[in-house]
This record gives sequence, structure tokens and C-alpha cells, in this order.
Amino acid sequence: MSARNKKDKREAWGLKESVLTFIPGNSTFNSMRSRNARHGVAFILPFIIGFLVFMLWPLLQSLIMSFNEVNLVQGGGFKQTFVGFDNYKYAFGVDPYFNKRLVEEIPRMAINTAATLVLSFVIAVILNQDFKGRTLARAIFFLPVILSSGVLPGIESQNEFYNMMQGISDEIANSSGVNLSAALQDLLAVSGVGSGVFDVLFDMIDSIYDIVMASGIQIIVFLSGLQAISPSLYEAADVEGCTAWEAFWKITFPMVSPLLLVNSIYTIIDFFMKNDNRVMERINELMQRLEFGHVSAMSWIYFGVALAFIGVLSFVISRGVHYYED
Amino acid sequence: MKTKQAVSPSQASANRKTRSYAAKAKAKKWAISIARGLLLFGLCFMIIQPMLTRLSTSLMEERDLYDSTIVLLPRNVTLDNFRIVFDLTTFPTSMLNTVWTALLVSVLQVISTTLVGYGFARYDFPLKKFWFACVVALIVIPPQTISTSLYTYFAQFDFLGIVKLFNGGQPINLRGSVLPYALMSATCMGLKDGLYIYMLRQYFRGIPKSLEEAAYVDGCNTFHTFVRIMLPDAVPTILSCFLFSFVWQWTDLFYTRNFLATSSRPIFSTELSTIVSRMSRYFSADASKPIIVPVGRQQQLISIGVLICCIPLIILYCFTQKTFVQSIAMSGSKE
Repeated sequence: MSARNKKDKREAWGLKESVLTFIPGNSTFNSMRSRNARHGVAFILPFIIGFLVFMLWPLLQSLIMSFNEVNLVQGGGFKQTFVGFDNYKYAFGVDPYFNKRLVEEIPRMAINTAATLVLSFVIAVILNQDFKGRTLARAIFFLPVILSSGVLPGIESQNEFYNMMQGISDEIANSSGVNLSAALQDLLAVSGVGSGVFDVLFDMIDSIYDIVMASGIQIIVFLSGLQAISPSLYEAADVEGCTAWEAFWKITFPMVSPLLLVNSIYTIIDFFMKNDNRVMERINELMQRLEFGHVSAMSWIYFGVALAFIGVLSFVISRGVHYYED
Repeated sequence: MKTKQAVSPSQASANRKTRSYAAKAKAKKWAISIARGLLLFGLCFMIIQPMLTRLSTSLMEERDLYDSTIVLLPRNVTLDNFRIVFDLTTFPTSMLNTVWTALLVSVLQVISTTLVGYGFARYDFPLKKFWFACVVALIVIPPQTISTSLYTYFAQFDFLGIVKLFNGGQPINLRGSVLPYALMSATCMGLKDGLYIYMLRQYFRGIPKSLEEAAYVDGCNTFHTFVRIMLPDAVPTILSCFLFSFVWQWTDLFYTRNFLATSSRPIFSTELSTIVSRMSRYFSADASKPIIVPVGRQQQLISIGVLICCIPLIILYCFTQKTFVQSIAMSGSKE
């Protein structure tokens, strides 16, 4: 590791050297280091081109669009008129759904992210133990990565009639007392324990299916982290008289904690991009009505929220996480 | 201890204690494995159950759907529903189109991301940190943010006026053809390409430097080193990126809707998403049938669509499960 670090930390590229690297006919150009650098740039050239043409440029345009009213012109093309922050005002003040759904989705995302992390960690710990049928169990837990991607997750609930019927049947189920979690919730409420915390908990239990379906990748990432822990650590802990519970909190958890950040970011992005996300649904609706200005403003607000969420989370997690040098 | 003939009373009690301790430990182990089994079985069942339900409902006749005595197994087995779904969609054609599109896109994605991942892992060049930050940004930025501008962008494709030079002053309409999407995939901007770059970079970083140096000493140039030394070892990782890309492309709706929706060559995922509206049109064309399709029937036909979409993927997954899992495991294990 130390040798690698030294190599990584060799002198940085100065401005002059960087420029000379790409201009033929000087001594810097002919050096080994410059040649390697040019080869490296050649390798990542597809990315550079793609990022500039298909990401940065459209991103810029969409930012401009969010400050303009965009009208389609007959025969193709569109006309933009500058309207300042009107699109943003529309998103927050006028649109009947966007604002409300955004406010509803954010706590849902926070809860879902936490639940996904906890659940995938627990499942990874279980799947890391030795038992019969482990391979099969792992294969099944990874299956949602395929089965809940793209068009598939939302498709059955998009049907409006179905949703109506579902609502009615839910009511029937609740009133007949078959719904266990609701019954338990009622019981707790009667005995005076019920509070906001419990509501959140029961929400999680009710949406356990969604959470399991969204945690395939996270389970594998945690699992690989668990497998990277050297068994000698546990042996040493055992010799020193450490219980399994202590070993879990003193060895397993700290060793895996750096992966928390990767997983939480992945979970948030996954949640944001899902088709059945209701903010996304609203944006897609407006997109089909060709209200490009409004759509751009909403997308930027949405993106900003996602970024803020990821930023706060990375800050919190990276402060509390122990990074282990191997 | 075993060689001792006589056992002192204190030792006997100690033995008893050990035995009861062992029994306790065994019981605990059993309890844990039963609890674990139950939990895992429950969760696994939950994951698989929707698929099983779909399978059983897809075989039911319409009257079975409303029969409350039928829960799991159909009484009147029929394959008629599949025929209807085939009528509703242009299914064999769209499936074939989907296969070709997904293959094309994922091959392009894998080639470009492998090159880029290799470049990031093994070379040092100016602005490397900046470009890698861009890769991370690519992972983090939801494609929805740029979807609007991409939509109009490709309707009149003319990057910095370059196209105009060749096309007599006219921008060209690229929507509805597979070309813009192929271009994006070839330049690492396709679906989840940031993730693949990250995965491949993690892999290439793990290869010892000495291997590369040995190749140079033996007279390999950069290209040869990459093709002969690095690529053969990377095949499993590349393969798994390819599989991910293929599977996600198969079910993708977002890019497909944006770029290929108006295409004359239908793609299965967009057909699937519009299956309900197709249904009422299909049934209203037939005078003997009610115009409003009953909800149960709608759900049934959607289930069949989902099944048809999933079955090839599940078969693929059965054969390649290890490849899928390993690459993710590798990319997660190193920070």
C-alpha cells in the first residue's frame, strides 16, 4: 500500500507541463511521462467527448431552458423567451402536484434509504454465515436487480382502475382486522405507546417488499465487504474473550462501515430514478404536454434536492466512518 | 485427561457442567438456524411470489379470475391469454428489435467503458482527478435532468454547428432512429455507464504494475499490452458489465421512450408500458365484447406482458448468476 501511495503522490501536473505534453516538438513532449499521459488521454477520449457533447452541453441547455418559456415552432424547432424565475415559481407555487409530491417523497426517501441499508446489512450478515442452500439464497436475493429494473416495477400499479380496486380491498382488509400490522398498531395506540416513531416503523414493515426489491446490489456489496474481513481478527477477539455480540460491533461493523457511503448513495440515486417515483411521474406528465420550461425547472429542483441529500449524507457518514488501511 | 482411570467427584460435576453447556450451545445453534431459515425463506418467498402468481393467473380463463374459490391454481387452464397479448403487441418483432438494440447498445457500452476504465486505472495524465469527478457526476446526475434538452437536442441535432457544414445548413432529425443512442453508448453516456466505468476501473487497478512492465520490456507497445495482457484477464468483469448492460437495456423505459419511441421498429418495454390503452382499443374493435375491459382482465394481460419480458432474463440469469454477483462483489470490496 505504501509503495502504491508513493507512486500516486508523485509530482502533480503543472500547467506548463500539461500544455507541452500535447504539443509536439519539445523535450517534454518526448518524455516517457508525457507519452504515457497521451496514451491515457487517448483511452479516456470517448468519455471526454461523450461528457462534453451528451452531458455538459444538454445540461447547460436545460439550465437555460429552465429560465425560459419554450414554445415549439411549426415545422420543428423551438423558440425561447426569457422569463427569469417564472418556471421555478410555477413549480413551487402554481403546479398543483409537484410541490406536494416533492415534500411527500423526501421523507419517504430518507426512511427507505435507512431501511434499505439496515435490511441489506442484516441480510448480508446472514448470507455470510455457513448454511445449506446459501448459494440459492444469494441468487434469489440478487434476482430483484433484474426483476425490478426499468419498466417492470411500476407497470402493475400504473393501472388506475386497479389502484381504485386496491384501495377498496385495502379498506376491507383493514376493517375486518386481518391486517396484522394495523391491528398491532391499534393495540399500541390504545396502550399509549403509539407515536410518530411507531408510525414510521409500521410504514417500513408495510413496504418491506419494496425495500427488499431495492436492495439486491447493496446486499452483494456488503457481503463482499464482510468476506474481505480476515478471520484471524475474529480468532484473536475470541482468544481475548470477546463475545459474538462484541465482535460484531467492534470488528464486523467498523470494517464494513466504509461501504455504508457507497450503498447509501446508490440507494438514493436508485430511488430518485425509479419510474414509480411520483415526482418523476409528474415531470414525465408535463414532458408529454411539451411544457419544456416547466419540466427543466422541476428537474433542476429535483436534482438539487437529490444532490443536497447526498451531500449531507456523505458528510455525516464520512465523519463517523472508520477507514481501514490494508 | 482421557488417560486418567478414576474420575474425582469434582471433575464429574465439571464434566456434567460442560455437557450441559454443550447441550445449551447446541440448542442455541439450532434455534439460530431455524430462525435464520424462517427469515430467509420468508424473504425469498416474498421475492419470488409475484412471479408465481403471474404465472398461475396467466394460465387462467377469464371466469377463473372472478371465482373466489380459485386462489392459486387455475381450474380451466388456457393459453388463450398469451394469444391475446401476442395480438395486442407486435410481439415477436418487437422482441427481436429489443434483442438487437440491447445487443448493439451493450456491446458499444462495454467497449467504450472498458477503454475508459483502463485509462483511468493505469495511466497518469493532466486533469485526471477532474475527469474522474466527471465520472462520479455521471453516476449521480439523474438522466431525467437532461432528458428535456436531449429530446429537443436530437430533434435538431447540430453540435456547435458542425452538422450544418455537411448538411446544407440544415440540422438533422435524429429522433426515432437508433443512431443517437448508439452514439451516446459509444461515448460512455448510455444507461448507467458511470457505474460500469467505476467497476472496470476497480478491476484494472488491482492488476500488478510488474505485469505491465514485463510486457513493455518484452517489446509490447501500449495497444498490445492492453489487448494481449490486460483484456484476457478482464474477461469475467467485462462479461458481467455486458450482462448488466444487456439486462438493464432490455427493461429500460427512460432512454427507450426518449430516443426510440417514434421509431418504426417497436421496442418491447415501450409496448409493455402502453399495453392497457392498446387493450381497450383491441377489445372495442370486437363488437361482441364489452368495451371497457374489466380490471381483473387488464391485470392479467399486464402480468403476461411482464412474464414475457422477464422469462428470457430469468433464463439468462440462471446460467450467468455467478458472473453477475462476482463483479459487484469486486467493485465494492475496494475503496
